[in-house]
Amino acid sequence: MLHHEPKPLTEPVRMTDGIAIQVRDLHVGYDGREVLHGISFEVKAGETMVVLGGSGSGKSTLLRTLIGLEKPTSGEIWLHGQEFCSMSKHDANDLRKKIGVSFQSGALFGSMTVGENVALPLQEHTALDDSTIEIMVRLKLEEVGLAGYEDYMPAQLSGGMKKRAAIARALAMDPEILFFDEPSAGLDPIVAAGIDDLILKLHKAFKMTIVVVTHELASAYLIADRMMLIDRGNVIAVGSKEELQASAVPRVRQFLDRVPNDETVEDATYFDRLTGGIDI
Amino acid sequence: MGDLAVLSARAIRAVVVAPLQGRKLSTARSIHQAMAVGVEALPIVSLITFFIGVIFALQSAYELRRFGALGLTASAVAVSMTRELGPLMTAIVVIGRSGSAFAAEIGTMKVNEEIDALQTMALDPVPFLVAPKFLAMAIMLPCLTTWGDFMGIVGGSVFGVSSAGFTLSTYFHASLNALVLRDVVTGLIKSIMFGITIAAVGCREGLATGLGAEDVGRSTTTAVVNSIFMVIAVDLVFTLIFYFTAPR
Repeated sequence: MLHHEPKPLTEPVRMTDGIAIQVRDLHVGYDGREVLHGISFEVKAGETMVVLGGSGSGKSTLLRTLIGLEKPTSGEIWLHGQEFCSMSKHDANDLRKKIGVSFQSGALFGSMTVGENVALPLQEHTALDDSTIEIMVRLKLEEVGLAGYEDYMPAQLSGGMKKRAAIARALAMDPEILFFDEPSAGLDPIVAAGIDDLILKLHKAFKMTIVVVTHELASAYLIADRMMLIDRGNVIAVGSKEELQASAVPRVRQFLDRVPNDETVEDATYFDRLTGGIDI
Repeated sequence: MGDLAVLSARAIRAVVVAPLQGRKLSTARSIHQAMAVGVEALPIVSLITFFIGVIFALQSAYELRRFGALGLTASAVAVSMTRELGPLMTAIVVIGRSGSAFAAEIGTMKVNEEIDALQTMALDPVPFLVAPKFLAMAIMLPCLTTWGDFMGIVGGSVFGVSSAGFTLSTYFHASLNALVLRDVVTGLIKSIMFGITIAAVGCREGLATGLGAEDVGRSTTTAVVNSIFMVIAVDLVFTLIFYFTAPR
């Protein structure tokens, strides 16, 4: 199993190296507080990497930085051989057309129908005529199991259907890398299993690189080729599910075995906390 | 103020320059906004400017009667409506309807990660979301103002015909005689600036919304208060400019 092993900042990774994403010594912070403390990892082309971590571990910040919504304070993100953080806005937008993102809430545009949501990137970034776009939209919705829902408004869909529609929109431009933010969050186990199946199906059908950020262990074990565990802004484990399951690192074991943090406090500390340190 | 100016400059660039470079503004989104800002506001703008016309005629007559100049009521109403009250009252109504709606719409999109989704799809929120609102405001507010000016004069005529010895024909004739083109044009120039101001403040507050539902409410309130202040400040500046550069 690989542990946190930052590589020296050297020459860029190329597609021929078979690496789709390489992150090097990534530091990200808000308001002077650092959230990610020098993260480094790689995602091979065509693999599904699941990023695991508890609440506040920094996994969502990592995802937001990978998709360009947050600027790192230092470090590099290479996507298909191009350094994402330092490139011009124009080049970054060109690169963004090759990635798809499925947000936790779906983030469908509430004023547009499902079909219009899926059609939007095609209308804005391609010269396809309306009838071709219409066919593409039907195809994408068919792929995610939402055939016939083109004219529905997002508000008319259930939670699972919204996630599927968001995945269809993320697939619209045939991305090379697909990011998922908490795909099973807020869904019942049956619907969540359906989303897991869909991710597996997409991976199998299109061989695209998939990065999934989640805290759902069952889902992670099912869909991951490799998993990475983040804790308090650091990568504490990377490897296959078997490697992670065999880990003896205490924080890894605690997360995988779902052991709560020890909240026992000394009597004196507890008393001080209650009284605010005032002598009574 | 700085970010307001930057947002306005980017939106105006998206409306004016970008189409010349082949990046077209969405006609459907602009028409949708124009309908919401302009056409749907017609009933309330008509009613309010009509009432303002009646009120202003009554208040003018209160003073003019003392000088035996009740016949000047029509011209007082016409000049005041076209130069000041029409543009200002229309802008106030539009702030309440559309400025707040812009902030709420964009703020809700921010909370729902829709703005993030736009960015990850390589779509800039300014040309996509803000620019159609700017265009709609800059076109529809002068149109609404023109209609509001007319409704104000109609309101004044109610008093003029009923209590000041005018017939409908003589009242409108007196109103038209009192107006010069400059009165109407200065009012319309102000209304264009008001439209740009309302769109800029509403969209800026929406984009600055935090992450919770409560923040959307706060943005909406701030958008209304700041828009009213900014519109009155812009009104003062342009009134000063028109007064000193183009005296009657």
